[in-house]
Amino acid sequence: MSAFRHSLLGRLLADPMALFAMVIIAALVIMALLADVIAPHDPGAMNLADRFAPPSATYWMGTDNLGRDTFSRLLQGGRIALYVALTAVTISGLIGLVLGMLAGFGPRWLDNALLFFFDALRAYPTIILALALAALMPRGLSTVIIVVVITSFAEYGRVVRTQTLSLKNSEFILAERAMGASFGRIVFHHILPNVLGPFFILAAMNLPVVITIEAGMSFLGIGVPPGTPSWGATLKDGFDYIRNTPWILLSGGLPLILATLGFTFLGEALRDQLDPRLRKTR
Amino acid sequence: MTAPLLTLRDVVVEFPAVRGLKALTTAPEKRNVRALDGVSLDVASGETLAIVGESGSGKTTLARAINGLVPLAGGTVHFDGMALHEGPDWHAVRRRMAMMFQDPVGSLSPRKTVRDLILEPFAIHGIALKNRRGKALDLLADAGLGPDFLHRYPHQLSGGQARRVGVARALALTPALVLADEPTAGLDVSVQGEILNLMNRIKSGHGLTTLIITHNLNILRHIADRIAVMYLGRIVEVGPVERLLTAPAHPYTRALMAANPEPDPTARRERIVLKGETPALNARPPGCEFHPRCPVARADCAARVPQLEPSETGGRVACHYPLSRESLHA
Repeated sequence: MSAFRHSLLGRLLADPMALFAMVIIAALVIMALLADVIAPHDPGAMNLADRFAPPSATYWMGTDNLGRDTFSRLLQGGRIALYVALTAVTISGLIGLVLGMLAGFGPRWLDNALLFFFDALRAYPTIILALALAALMPRGLSTVIIVVVITSFAEYGRVVRTQTLSLKNSEFILAERAMGASFGRIVFHHILPNVLGPFFILAAMNLPVVITIEAGMSFLGIGVPPGTPSWGATLKDGFDYIRNTPWILLSGGLPLILATLGFTFLGEALRDQLDPRLRKTR
Repeated sequence: MTAPLLTLRDVVVEFPAVRGLKALTTAPEKRNVRALDGVSLDVASGETLAIVGESGSGKTTLARAINGLVPLAGGTVHFDGMALHEGPDWHAVRRRMAMMFQDPVGSLSPRKTVRDLILEPFAIHGIALKNRRGKALDLLADAGLGPDFLHRYPHQLSGGQARRVGVARALALTPALVLADEPTAGLDVSVQGEILNLMNRIKSGHGLTTLIITHNLNILRHIADRIAVMYLGRIVEVGPVERLLTAPAHPYTRALMAANPEPDPTARRERIVLKGETPALNARPPGCEFHPRCPVARADCAARVPQLEPSETGGRVACHYPLSRESLHA
């Protein structure tokens, strides 16, 4: 029992913020996975007789301008949000991990070139880049993912580079080299496990950012194609019909708030448990 | 005397002093500083040689150069029939030559258990073990640690325990030579004693050759057979322990020994206070590099560079006017 209390999960469960975050995330994930089973209505089915219906026993969160059930649409939106967030964070994280380790291990000129590249990308405002890319590419989730990847992998790259650089000259890595350990062994057995802590913290803190970027792009009409039940698109509908009913806007914002809070709290709790030194950086 | 296990001749190690584009505008001889400047040493099989000297005298660099962690800029190193200056198979060399680093905890990979750390040399050199747990326990027991340490992580160990794990790991493959960089640094005096006893016991058991780098002069008599004294990346005196401790021929050795606190408060001793600071590596004095701080320097010391030559007190010394046994008690 005491071993569990000292494990990462045990420590997270003892932290009320982390517990709250994990409950929210678990609920969101379950609802997204079981959307088809839970949804009381077909998210695409229109019922013009019940336009702008307030929340009721039939329509838990009311209906929109075409009489579609908002709750069923939000469940589908959860799927989209999680899919975009996980895919984008995984891809940008992997690119950042590889480039960051290259910069950390490579010759000075490569390190300088990659750092310049990272800084140039990070200096570019996300929404402006999103607008530019949306004009060039077809509307869709892949465009959203590409925008997120381009704007966020540099951050992973920087963190991984800094970690690699400081580990590379640490005494235990010298000790491994002195024992005759191969380059691959040093990278995969000794550098990587020590880079992954801060890396996962950053990834957890980035998930809510990605979810809001997707919602923001969909809200601006450059994200998902029209008719797709993304959270951002629901918010946009709610914004357009705010004079008819407040319910679409209110219920569209709720899952976005919950998801953002949940992942942010989890990221912060992970950071506090894994690497308290990082607490001051954000 | 048997053929030496390790032979160094005129070993030079340089570090860049200026980097990047600025190096192009700097005179070639100023681009690098010499951390080791012509070090020659023989280490006989089975002996323990201690390298002493102030911080920055090149002791650690010497160990790292022997192990290939720092490239040589000149000179030759022969170890166990292998020419280390000719780009040897370091994997094979390092199997026969173990190294211990200064920081006992910091030299252990933080996310590995003691068991993984101790068995890692076998994994690195592709040696299959029939009974991995048994081998790990044997090695731990040799280093004086019980089986409950097997699943601990480095941050859960005290300095002394981590040092024991370091010793166990260094000896795992029964190497021919152990390079120990400050094996007692950062340890309590009682723990220092335990670690030294452990190393002495293992040394006599395995017939191990060790090169110990230290600035802890109190441990010399306890562990070393011979001492080499370094100053500014050069060896200024080398000889048997007793000779160097009781009758140092080089004024620097004498000052170094005199600076060490004596446990006996009633012992009468003469203090030798050196003038000034250790010169920077990029501003080496001409002639004998010790002459600006030397209490017995004469005019020609600034002109001629002394070579290591047999001294009157036994051993070899690089000094034009070495101290005699008599002058010590005069």
